[in-house]
Formats: sequence, structure tokens, C-alpha cells
Amino acid sequence: MSLVAQSLNLGHGGKPHLNAVSAAFERGKLTTVIGRTLAGKTTLMRVIAGLQNADSGALMLDGKAFSSRAAWDRDVAMVYQQFINYPHLSVFENVAFPLRKKRVATAEIAKHVTAMLEKVGLSAFGERKPSQLSGGQQQRVALARALVRKADILLLDEPLVNLDYKLREQLRDEFRGLLESQRQGIIIYNTTEPSEAMMLGDQLVVMHEGRILQAGIPAEVFEKPASALVASIINDPPMNIIYGQLDGKSIVAGGGLRLPRPKRFAALPNGAYRFGLPANEMQLASSGIKGRVTFSEVSGSETFIHAETALGATVTQVEGVHTAPIGSEVTLAIPTESLFVFAAEGDGRLLSAPQQEQRP
Amino acid sequence: MNGVLSFLKYAAITVWSVFVAAPLLWAVTTSLKTANGVTGGPTYIPWLQYEPSLQGWRSLFGGAGGIDIVGPYINSIIVTLSATAISIVLGTLAAYGLSRYDYRMGFVKNSDIIFFFISQRIMPPIVLSIPFFLMLQFLGLLDSKLGLILVYVALLLPIAVWIMVDFFDGVPRQIDEMAMLDGLKPFEVFWKVVLPNSLPGILVAAMFCLIFGWNDFFFAFTLTFTDTQLLPVAVVALNSSVTPWWSLSASALVSVLPLIIIAFFVEKLLSRGTLAGAIR
Repeated sequence: MSLVAQSLNLGHGGKPHLNAVSAAFERGKLTTVIGRTLAGKTTLMRVIAGLQNADSGALMLDGKAFSSRAAWDRDVAMVYQQFINYPHLSVFENVAFPLRKKRVATAEIAKHVTAMLEKVGLSAFGERKPSQLSGGQQQRVALARALVRKADILLLDEPLVNLDYKLREQLRDEFRGLLESQRQGIIIYNTTEPSEAMMLGDQLVVMHEGRILQAGIPAEVFEKPASALVASIINDPPMNIIYGQLDGKSIVAGGGLRLPRPKRFAALPNGAYRFGLPANEMQLASSGIKGRVTFSEVSGSETFIHAETALGATVTQVEGVHTAPIGSEVTLAIPTESLFVFAAEGDGRLLSAPQQEQRP
Repeated sequence: MNGVLSFLKYAAITVWSVFVAAPLLWAVTTSLKTANGVTGGPTYIPWLQYEPSLQGWRSLFGGAGGIDIVGPYINSIIVTLSATAISIVLGTLAAYGLSRYDYRMGFVKNSDIIFFFISQRIMPPIVLSIPFFLMLQFLGLLDSKLGLILVYVALLLPIAVWIMVDFFDGVPRQIDEMAMLDGLKPFEVFWKVVLPNSLPGILVAAMFCLIFGWNDFFFAFTLTFTDTQLLPVAVVALNSSVTPWWSLSASALVSVLPLIIIAFFVEKLLSRGTLAGAIR
């Protein structure tokens, strides 16, 4: 029982918005679609909602053709990136709107809307106009209106992206609970943020420039990103990518770096590769690659140190709060067992991933 | 500093108010004069400087030396209101379509259609008058209210379309889409969601249409003869060999009255903030 996209294509000229997109969205699961801006995430949602037609391909809902149904006939609810509400209606009426359209009895409407406003923490604001609320509250109104319908398909298009950091974290935590009530339906959640995708999604779809790069369970995608491109999209801070060669018993990279070749790479022929190292695997050490700090940022209980080295730009994630003045020197060490190996050409197909048990 | 600024502001407003109000006040005093009063040099204050008379006002309602203004007044109201109503209804629908849907006929696209509407206003009225005359003649609608209404719709529709396209473009499209996902069919989206959010725009467009329609002299003059006289034509018709300034002033005041009332109401609505910033 699911919504299936079959090789959807949409686009004008050289840069298609959707390029042979095939995916399955399971009922009862929350699927996060992650990708940078212009990845085609919003376009995919608009096609699912019936607001836009694909040039070719098909949508099937529970095995039945879905593409031919009009937008108002699809039972799809959507929450936009921008806080979109009906400006002329009060908060209460905004949430009641879809129910009134369905001709639900007035007493029922009052009951449902009141309960829903309670749930999103807006009980006190029912009489206000959306424009009299803060951004976070406006987005809650939009969410409440989408949830109250219990629509078969719920689309959330980067609903938190326009909120400030604190509010985003708070709403994200609330989302899991709020979305529980929609569990009988199909939920798709677009995001650019790996942390959001990991935290909310039962399923993860990685998109880039209109293509689906990988789909699967978030942890698995994280363990085995199909390519260097996927790795860069789902890692925040981004994965360090080192261009180098496998040469006999060594890994050779820029700046005369020579590391012992781990056994895991035995099957790989000598030649050029991209080596990936997650920021949390890069280590500060007493000897190794010298780098100059370009900037450092503290995020929660971790510090990200960005440094320019002979290998290129690197990010090192360090536990705890550290100060690394800009321009100061750091020495980095690369634990070879933690390296991902990607092909040098194209998106960088995954050739070898670290053993899972080695990644805490 | 603030005090100086607000002093200058109010000074400027005062000067402007005098500039705007003076001709009206002049018309008021003149409407109360007789022939002697008008020719007897510059006088402004009734009773003190000249003996007021209601002769000018009486002449508007069938009194001596004037015209009966009631007939033309009713004609003007009917023609202007009808033309405005038709223009707003058609213009709003057309503008919504032009704002939300992409039309394509050969090389003609939405922007071309909008330009086509506006282009109706590019030509000077005198150029349009001959085709209008011939068309109304063909339809047998010369010198009739219906004929004038049709001509005014042709002239007012571009204004309505132009203003409303601009206004609809300012209403986020996502609101339409959201309404559609909430189960509304396209016309319901327009009727239940977009229209209630567009009342300020409609009001502005209607105001422009009323002003243009009410003040038009040229087409009312060229396309009617005796049966259907509109107010501006009737006012000018007063001006025969001897100009009855008192009647002329009174009729001018009477004819701007509706516009003053409209301006007053619209100003009230706008300043109450119910309309200003209804969207974003």
C-alpha cells in the first residue's frame, strides 16, 4: 500500500526539474527527501499534489493511476516553506476551512479545531488573524490546517526552513509527536538538513538536480552513501573529500602525504580515487598534516574546525568547546580504517565503506 | 527638530488644501450670485459683499434660465454605475485568469493580452469616437443609455483589468494552490479565497472606473443627441450666448458631489486600516 512514482520527467531544456524519478512512499511511514536547493524536492511534491503535471511518467496510489485526478480530488495536504494561510480568515477559521469544505457538522468542526489548536499550542489565538502571529505560530496554523483533515497524503515542504534556529529545534522536536496522528497516511518531508532527515524519517530519499541518488533507511544511507555526492548531501558538517591515489602499499595524496594502505582496499586496483572522511573521524594530532585554521564554529557541544591544508579544505569535528584562532596552525591525522573510497570520476561511486562496528 | 518637521508638513498640507479648496469655494459663492453679483467685481462673502440669491440653484430644477438637471443626473448615475459594475465583474474575472493561468495563441501570450487591454487607452478619444459612433449606429444604440454603457465598458474595462492583474499578482499563488488542495475547484478558489482577499483592489478599481465614467464628457457628447443626456453634457449645455455663471457653478458643485462622497468613504476605509495591508 503505497504511493509509487514511476520515472517521472519534468523539465524544459537542458536542466530538468525531475529526471526519471522513481520512488515508493510507504503508507504509515515518514519519508524524508533530502537535497540541496534546486534538487527537485518541491517539484516532486507539486507533482504528487497535482499542482503541476509531469511531462512523462506516472503516479500510482495503491496500484491505481493517480496522475489523472485533479488537485482538489487527491486528498493531499501540504505545508509550504513560506507561512501560507488564508489572510482574511481567523486562525480558527483557517484550521476549520478544509472541514467546512467537507461539510463536516459544525459541532464536530468546533471539537476538532479546538483539539488541534490545543495540540499545536495556539488555543489562545483562535480569534486572531494569521498576520497578527509570529512566524513560528503562523507555521503552526498551517500545520494544524494540514493535520486536521487527516489527509491520505501529507506533504511538508521544508516547513522549518524559514524559522529562526531556536524555534526550528523546538518545532522539530514537536513534529514527531504531531505527526503520530497521521501515521495511517503517507507523509513526505522535504529538507536540506541532514539532522532533520535523520531525526524524523523512517525512510530517506536523496535527491540532486532532479535525480534520485539513493533511497533507503536513513542509518543505512548514512553508513553506505552510494556516492561521494550523496555523502556530501547527507553529512553536516560535510564529509572531507581527499583526492589521492592507491599506489602499491600506500595511499598517496597532495602535499606528499603517504598513508599505509589498509587491507580493506586490497581488492581495489591502483589508481586515482576520492577518499571520504567524516568530520568526526578526522583527528587533531601531534604529527600529521599541517593546516591553517580558516574558521571554527561551536555547534552545541561540538566544535567544527575548518582548516586549509595541502589536501584542500578540511573540517574536523571535535567534542567539547575548543578555541582555534583563525590563522593558527593545526595538525590533523587521518585514521585510514575510517576512510570511504569513492570513484574519482562522476558522482564518485562508493567502492569501499568502513566497517560498521568501527563507526560508533 | 521633530517640531519643525511637523510644522513644515502641516504648512504644506494647508497650502495644498487652500489650493484645492479655493476653486470649490469660488464655485460656492458664485452659485449664490445673480448677474449683477457676478459682474460687480471680485466679491466673496454673501450678505456682506453681495446679496445672495438661490436663482442658480433653482434653475437646476426647472427654474427660469436653466435646465432640468434631474434627468441627466439619473442618466449619469445609471450609466456610470452600470458600466462600472460590468467592468469590475468582467475585469476581475479576466484579470484573475491573466494573473493565474498561461494563455498562448501563436505568439500571443499573457503580457500581450494585458497590453491589448491597455492599448485601448492609448488612442486619443477623438480617434475612437468615429468607430464608436458607427458601431452604435449599426446597432441602433445611438443616443441611448445602453449604447453609452457599452462604450464606457470598453473604456473602463482596461482600467479594471490593469489594476486587478497587478493586485492579483500580489496575492501569493500558494494561497490558491492551498485552497485547491483543501478541496476547492478553481472557480471556488477564486470566489471563496482570492476575492475576499482582493476587496481593496476591487475598491480602488471601482473608484477609478466611477471617476472616469462620471467625468467623461467627450463620448457622452458625441454619442448622444437629445434623448439621453448625461450630466457633464447638460452642464456644458448651460453655456449658451449668455453664460449663467450662477447656474453653471451650482451644477458643477452638484456634479462633483458624488465623487466627494466616494472619496470620503474610501478614505475612511483606507485610514481605518481594514484595507491597507490586508495582505502582507
